[in-house]
Amino acid sequence: MSASTNARPTAARPAGEAPGAPEFVAEGGDWAEIAAEAERLGEERIVVNMGPVHPSTHGVLRLVLEIDGETVRELRVGTGYLHTGIEKNMEYRTWTQGVTFCTRMDYVAPFFQEVAYCLGVEKLLGVTDEVPVRASLIRVLLMELNRIASHLVAIGTGGNELGATTMMTVAFRGREDILRIFERITGLRMNHAFIRPGGVAQDLPPGTTDYVRELLPNIRLSVKELQDLTVENPIFKRRQQKVGYVSLAASMALGLTGPSVRAAGLPLDMRKLQPYCGYETYDFEVPTRDYSDSYNRTMVRFDECYESIKIVLQALDRLDATPGPVMVADKKIAWPAQLSIGSDGQGNSLEHIKEIMSTSMESLIHHFKLVTEGFRVPAGQVFQTVEHAKGVMGVHVVSDGGTRPYRAHFRDPSYSNLQSTAMMTEGGQLADVVVTLASLDPVLGGVDR
Amino acid sequence: MSERDDEKQSAAGAAKPGASSAEVGQRATASALEAGSQNIPAGPRGGRTQLEVIATHRGLFGVEGTGDTSGFGGLVSTIALPPASERPYGGWFDEVVDILVEILTEQGLDPEAVLEKVVVDRGELTIFVAREHIDTVCRALRDDQDLRFELCLGVSGVHYPQDSGRELHAVYQLMSVTHVRQLRLEVACPDSDPHIPTVVDTYPGNDWHERETWDMFGIVFDGHPSLARTLMPDDWVGHPQRKDYPLGGIPVEYKGAVVPPPDNRRSYR
Repeated sequence: MSASTNARPTAARPAGEAPGAPEFVAEGGDWAEIAAEAERLGEERIVVNMGPVHPSTHGVLRLVLEIDGETVRELRVGTGYLHTGIEKNMEYRTWTQGVTFCTRMDYVAPFFQEVAYCLGVEKLLGVTDEVPVRASLIRVLLMELNRIASHLVAIGTGGNELGATTMMTVAFRGREDILRIFERITGLRMNHAFIRPGGVAQDLPPGTTDYVRELLPNIRLSVKELQDLTVENPIFKRRQQKVGYVSLAASMALGLTGPSVRAAGLPLDMRKLQPYCGYETYDFEVPTRDYSDSYNRTMVRFDECYESIKIVLQALDRLDATPGPVMVADKKIAWPAQLSIGSDGQGNSLEHIKEIMSTSMESLIHHFKLVTEGFRVPAGQVFQTVEHAKGVMGVHVVSDGGTRPYRAHFRDPSYSNLQSTAMMTEGGQLADVVVTLASLDPVLGGVDR
Repeated sequence: MSERDDEKQSAAGAAKPGASSAEVGQRATASALEAGSQNIPAGPRGGRTQLEVIATHRGLFGVEGTGDTSGFGGLVSTIALPPASERPYGGWFDEVVDILVEILTEQGLDPEAVLEKVVVDRGELTIFVAREHIDTVCRALRDDQDLRFELCLGVSGVHYPQDSGRELHAVYQLMSVTHVRQLRLEVACPDSDPHIPTVVDTYPGNDWHERETWDMFGIVFDGHPSLARTLMPDDWVGHPQRKDYPLGGIPVEYKGAVVPPPDNRRSYR
């Protein structure tokens, strides 16, 4: 629909609205007619609705802005447009199946949910120390690659929203290399469900470490290219510097974590504070800046990409030197079958089929019980935090001793971070709202779950 | 002949769990309650029963409605959460609880009444707080220089329908960046009076998390600046993550067979 047919004051207004308040509907096109009409009416206070379907709200986020000219006076954030009930659904599946659900929350950074959830379940089971080293190495490898991918998307889409399509294409090119690695390891580009309670689903296919080493220079090049395009770019700097500022005290109070709090100067990183998956054994820095605005948040993301590459290289060397199982030895928890590729596609390995179908009835029963019924987890509750690409991710898992989670709650960093949008944007320009939002990098799948 | 009749009768008796197994269930629950009560130190704890039993399961497979032919139909298992811990709690847990008790005493409060119980489980500290004092406890944990829990990682609700009088639990996870510590506060309220004071004044970042918990569990956080739903539409009736709220879903027909929705499938609990 063109603006000319739609962009005129309409008589219809929702019940409860102040009588006499005119309402305009615009769907793209030229707003000249609306502007002229608004000017004629002489209204000072204009309420503009942005989203939930709007390209620069990073998904289905709704912003309600009260503007005075170009200045934002008040901003409200509306969420819930992508609520899929993942947490509730997890209560109706086995502990292992839960991974399939939580990977879909923040779909740009799926491995963080998988790892956080599995670490929580392992803590409940009391098998944290029995998870094989190789499984932790694979987890670290996937998480760090995922961190780069997530940051590339954050920076690239942020650039796209400023009109710099090149930034997005460069970023997505770099992300593509990472997704190829994911595809090779897990078989999927997103929604992997590869990390399982007790380890990971499958060992790395042969030649993976070399393949990652082969692609890493490309990934580094994409990050570098993006950096070259932005760091000293006068347009970029003028759009991003001193926009969306938040103080350290405010970000602590508002529960704002991740690149935003590190840009304010606090090296708050769960990988260093309360290490998991053996992060204490890796050599890496926590990049910080001294002023948390959109520009510095982007710079922190760039620095983190290089730190992640450092960790990935260390993990690759260790993976070459550490053969071994990728799942706990306890057969009451470990998934019984190894997958393999046959002539008719992927499935259980032939040896396993042979064993359960023709040699061992007990193996068949065990396989059947573990796959359909699942394992039981002793009653209790734990909270596990990991450093997500967007901040501190927390998982609260409660067990009632059954084969399914009694409750699984995810403290998604995007959700917490979004709370500070209003504080960062009120009093600023309308055009800066988009920049600020992009610098927070919310993913609505994680926000609404 | 007579032998076979006897067999039939006993088989029929086993197949009808009826009243006998219900008695077993009650007995098991009562004994588990007694076992649980031994772990609670005697003292003025608001006269409330410290109930850790959260569920009673019957049979081996948790199947209801259909005949359980495994012979384990009469099996009753009680599910209890970890009980209150005895001192010493270990590590820095004692120190934090001691300081908290000290601060509460200074403020003229009875620490025994404010801190209902302390549970140390799987290396994590959980402090159960009487609901009217949650904000006081949060403020003490945030502001005292030896505690400094600056960051609240949100609140999560849990619904325990069998924990009568304390059905709805709100679980707060606090983190101290200064001392690199995490602890958990748990507050319970009855389903009939689902009110808990807000902690938004102390931790502004808990704003949306409390809204989410209200939305999903129906816990009213008194004093919250704008307790609106975050996930469900504003006019939605009910709170979806309560245990009595159905998952929903429709049966799917595939090649003549009908696959029921996930919450109606035969499952193992």
